[in-house]
Amino acid sequence: MLRLTPWLIIALLVGPILAGLAMAALPAFGYLPALGGDAFSLEPWRALLAQPGLARSVAISFTSGLATTAVSLTVVLLFLAAASGSRLDRWIRRMVSPLLSIPHAAAAFGLAFLIAPSGLVARALSPAPSGWERPPDLLIVNDPWGLSLMAGLIIKEIPFLLLMSLAALHQLDAERRVAMARSLGYRPTIAWLKVVMPSLYPLIRLPVFAVIAYASSVVDVAMILGPTLPPTLAVSILTWFNAPDLSQRFMASAGALLQLGVTLAALASWWGLECLVRRLGRGWVAGGQRQRGERMLRLAGKALILLAALTALVGIAGLALNSLAGVWRFPDGLPQTVTLQHWQRALPSLGGPVAATLLIATVATLLAAGLVLAALEHEQRSGRQPAQGQLGFLEGRRSAALTLLYLPLIVPQIAFLFGLVVVMEALGTRPTRWLVIFGHLLFVLPYVFLSLSEAYRRFDPRWSRVALTLGATPDGAFWRVRLPMLLAPLLTAMAVGLAVSIGQYLPTLLLGAGRITTVTTEAVALASGGSRRLIGVWALVQASLPLLGFIIAVGLPRLLWTNRRGMRGTP
Amino acid sequence: MTAPSLELKQVHIALHGRTLLELDARVAPGEVLTVMGSSGSGKSTLLAYAAGFLAPAFQASGQVLLGGQEITALPAERRGIGLLFQDPLLFPHLSVASNLRFGLPRATPDKAAKVEAALADIGLAGFGQRDPATLSGGQQARVALMRLLLSAPRAVLLDEPFSKLDMALRHEMRQLVFERLRGAGLPSLLVTHDHADAEDAGGRMIAL
Repeated sequence: MLRLTPWLIIALLVGPILAGLAMAALPAFGYLPALGGDAFSLEPWRALLAQPGLARSVAISFTSGLATTAVSLTVVLLFLAAASGSRLDRWIRRMVSPLLSIPHAAAAFGLAFLIAPSGLVARALSPAPSGWERPPDLLIVNDPWGLSLMAGLIIKEIPFLLLMSLAALHQLDAERRVAMARSLGYRPTIAWLKVVMPSLYPLIRLPVFAVIAYASSVVDVAMILGPTLPPTLAVSILTWFNAPDLSQRFMASAGALLQLGVTLAALASWWGLECLVRRLGRGWVAGGQRQRGERMLRLAGKALILLAALTALVGIAGLALNSLAGVWRFPDGLPQTVTLQHWQRALPSLGGPVAATLLIATVATLLAAGLVLAALEHEQRSGRQPAQGQLGFLEGRRSAALTLLYLPLIVPQIAFLFGLVVVMEALGTRPTRWLVIFGHLLFVLPYVFLSLSEAYRRFDPRWSRVALTLGATPDGAFWRVRLPMLLAPLLTAMAVGLAVSIGQYLPTLLLGAGRITTVTTEAVALASGGSRRLIGVWALVQASLPLLGFIIAVGLPRLLWTNRRGMRGTP
Repeated sequence: MTAPSLELKQVHIALHGRTLLELDARVAPGEVLTVMGSSGSGKSTLLAYAAGFLAPAFQASGQVLLGGQEITALPAERRGIGLLFQDPLLFPHLSVASNLRFGLPRATPDKAAKVEAALADIGLAGFGQRDPATLSGGQQARVALMRLLLSAPRAVLLDEPFSKLDMALRHEMRQLVFERLRGAGLPSLLVTHDHADAEDAGGRMIAL
């Protein structure tokens, strides 16, 4: 049983993606008998190319993928280079998990409330020094260039890349490297950039690719912050797919393939950029420059990440403020009256979606945690534990297995979920909660695996050996020693899984055929034209649900091990 | 209990086709056989092989016999071989008493009394409910030894169990360990790079 889990995981991740892509590809070339498409043709592509504004949609999706990633990565690397263990640095490191747990939609709404013409920033600047007596007539949110879309993505991708980098830094012995370079006369920030970053980047390359793919194909954030005329490619595809005229599905399928192409093009361009930077960087690293730019780099490293973190936090505060605001005239920084009315009005309709969200997230996370534990335990027992990182997970090279894990994060959701719906319709499966849970599992599983595998593999094998030589069975050693000792990282991984599931928009919408509503689908549905007060309520609920998981993940081990000094601080 | 002997018959272990170690030895009941070797000589690999933890990357041939019975193919938990590591490795999530109880065979009658008696035996009476992390290094080492003995092994492997203790404690701990192992009539195999360990063990010595 245990032996099969790695294969089960691969089948679970790869199977639906391939099936989904295939079933997006067939209708894209006119073949979908259920809708009367019996012969292959290029008609869907002709219809697609005739869509007004298509080039602009594609350009924005492509640019958003590259620009978001470039900015987020730069901010993270500069922060790590400039970090010196000060109070601010430690605060930022502690904020990583909570910031990561904020769903994309909630963060996007928070940013919208911050930068909108009547948002907090404009209020802070008015009436002086801006001179605005009324909200300025500016298109800031939903701007045609996709700048606010990119900003919204950046504040969410920074914590993700930072967490991945911090995990990878464990392997690099960064302090000693920097100390060595400093003894040769390099200033600390320059030293980090020259001697640590070149080794760090290869380790976080897959997460970087995931960010490119996500940013070039995201739907929910783009519906909230992205341009509208035309919207990004992914949003257009969703509109066509949901159009009452079913024949538009053919065009939507062609669009899904085009999205896959756009994402691949963005990835390829990034690869080209990598080569360029490597070539230019080599000269810089070896050039012997030790001092120049230190002050500016250090300042940028601290200021940029602080700006991003504060933006996210103030955005959430803005959500709370809006959900409680009664009368709130424009230039006033705070509402004149505060009321619970919006909460009271939303409360009756909150219960169902909240329960559904938690149920789906819990089941998906438990399934994922079970599969991941089984796979990791199998890896340990078969002695294929990758001591120095050559082997792991499957017999193949670790990087190959890792790439498969990243597949659901790199193939654009809209490209394969879409085909998956067609598969389900062909099989006559009705949209059920299980289908949605299964869809969420595709994305929860990789994140749970990535969060837990590091702790599991680093766990001292002698603990299990002691248990075995004392007569415990391998199962006994797992349940009585390994699992309790790894409880804290396991709970953290599960909190990450919960957060990922809670934030899912597209899988819920498509696999639930719009009939299964979660707080995320409800909140995003309010984006077009919903009242700000109501959005504040829903987005705040959406943002607070994942926090529950993290509170349990931090609190439960402390509660259980109050009297066990050796269990404080994860092993 | 019949006192078995531990035999390592024509053991040959290789890694990537390169011979790591060869050994042919028999340890009588109550005897401590010391295997000396510098780091990298494959001492720990030998113990991993005898205990049943050898990683699949190694190619091993030979036999392990305990009381004349071949155990080479048995999984670690059914070999009846106890192991003492450099660190005491008391399970940090369990109390001292639970650590000792972990080692007791499932069918043992009156476990609580056994555990209490064992604690008293090593001068730690009343320490049962303590958090192992609050014990001193020497106390932890004694609990680890007692946990091993309570699990009623038929042979014992020692992987430099004294190297992390401070000098003053080391001699005392060695005396205690060897005395107990001999008293229980267990065949023991000690690997170390410390000559003082070998001298205190007082048995035969093999250099790798």
